[in-house]
Amino acid sequence: MIADLNLIWPEIILAVGAMVTLMIGVYLGDRRVALYQISTMVTLAAAIAAVATIFGTEATAFSGTVAVDNFGNFAKILIYAASLVCIVIAPRFFEKGMKAEYPVLVVLAALGMGIMVSSRDMMTLYIGLELNSLAAYVLASFMRNDDRSSEAGLKYFVLGALASGMLLYGISLLYGFSGSTQFNEIAAALASDVSRGELFGLIFVLAGLAFKISAVPFHMWTPDVYEGAPTPVTAFFASAPKVAAMALMTRVAIDAMGPALGAWQQIVIFLALASIILGAVGAIGQKNIKRLLAYSSINNVGFMLIGLAAGTQAGVEAILTYLVVYLVTTLGAFLVVLQLTDKDGNRVESIPALAGLSSSRPGLAAAMAVFLFSLAGIPPLFGFWPKYLVFEAAVAADLVPLAVAGIVASVIGAYYYIAVIKTMYFDDKSDVQITGQGTLIDNAMLAASAVWLCVIGYLFIPVLGTVSTSAASVLF
Amino acid sequence: MISVGHYLAVSAVLFTLGVLGIFINRKNIIVILMAIELILLAVNINLVAFSAALGDLVGQVFSMFVLTVAAGEAAIGLAILVIYFRGRGTIAVDDANRMKG
Repeated sequence: MIADLNLIWPEIILAVGAMVTLMIGVYLGDRRVALYQISTMVTLAAAIAAVATIFGTEATAFSGTVAVDNFGNFAKILIYAASLVCIVIAPRFFEKGMKAEYPVLVVLAALGMGIMVSSRDMMTLYIGLELNSLAAYVLASFMRNDDRSSEAGLKYFVLGALASGMLLYGISLLYGFSGSTQFNEIAAALASDVSRGELFGLIFVLAGLAFKISAVPFHMWTPDVYEGAPTPVTAFFASAPKVAAMALMTRVAIDAMGPALGAWQQIVIFLALASIILGAVGAIGQKNIKRLLAYSSINNVGFMLIGLAAGTQAGVEAILTYLVVYLVTTLGAFLVVLQLTDKDGNRVESIPALAGLSSSRPGLAAAMAVFLFSLAGIPPLFGFWPKYLVFEAAVAADLVPLAVAGIVASVIGAYYYIAVIKTMYFDDKSDVQITGQGTLIDNAMLAASAVWLCVIGYLFIPVLGTVSTSAASVLF
Repeated sequence: MISVGHYLAVSAVLFTLGVLGIFINRKNIIVILMAIELILLAVNINLVAFSAALGDLVGQVFSMFVLTVAAGEAAIGLAILVIYFRGRGTIAVDDANRMKG
């Protein structure tokens, strides 16, 4: 039992850190916001360090309900790092100082995501997913005096609860027809043959998870929630939970449903194609930069699903590499969005107002151009590399038509990214003067992510390759 | 004799009613919260029926977790609904259109 506890140090640190910060917040109120910020940042950093120390161990804990392995650890490092960034960037956004609840909720959501990615049993999966979702619903409606924020929270809650319901219904069917909730035993039951009940369960589980990664046709909440939620929260939704849900979906698909590849491959191919195409087409004509980034995330999730559809180790490695690059690009893009304020301090979110940004804030415009080109996957920016890996895995798995369709759709997708860049660089100056300045840390993170995506990322290919191989090999 | 199939049929009907309750209902959001509860209860019937049929306790333990989380979910849903109502003065589904989509 004690040995089991040693395996979940990162989660213990997060839970205790969140509770301690909450208690300090209760006594000191909202005046000492910097203190809560620092204590949660230390908590997350300690959790990352704890993951690093157990990196490489491969074990199961708590009667086989929790798996501690490189796949989970890889995802956890990404999740905790992204959560850390989302706490660092928050205070400047919330005008009268940040509330104590914000960093605590982010840490609790990170804890839920950590449980999600190391689950090896449907019960652990459900608890982790709900811990993440319940914190996320509150975060979405965090600006409670803002109409859009409360509406975003409401929409997220209703559709998220529906998704959890579908997931649970699928889990109950899988449990009934395969006789267990543990992934390896479900896989063993599916290996002999896939009964109709199991097939229904599998479809419901995939649909529920597709909701969480916002794959088409379960994407309709994404643009509204991204637009309505406060920008740091949107940055959080676009980064950490995406990694967690994608890693979870990969683990469930390969670990629990691996033997039924023939049954779910078609579904994942459909999700991938629909997400890529609708993500590209839906973004055309959007006037709000946060909505545009929402469609961009739908589009990128589609590319990751191509890797999953391959169902091979190369495909999973491609997904993991994709997640790293996607995380850096998305957080960078939201760092830019956070700095867009006019001289009265109002938030600027409309794309036409960005006209002339290249002359008023050349550095910001250049960074945004790098992030958008990278999201579009245009070489030589680093966003090209994971897309290449995904297509390579699809071709190696004899899914040539899927790869071709993906490449064609990514060309369509490039249109709207380039339209934004055209607005920033070539349109007449808009009336809105963008004067917002970032703090030193914001600008340092912005510059670091832009430079990493430009050239330096390619130096990391061997490291990314080694780590993602060691993580993906766990599932096969 | 009541078999597992009967329980599954009841739960499937409840699940369908819950999903329809979310999509067809155009009146108010409280009804949506009730529909979500209906879905979760349908799942619980499934879990307990399977648990009894398989002679395996895991399903009943799972249904306890589901009940607990459902309570938390309802609390958060109502809290969000309260701040939404405070800002907007209505809880009609059709009025949730401040953002296009």
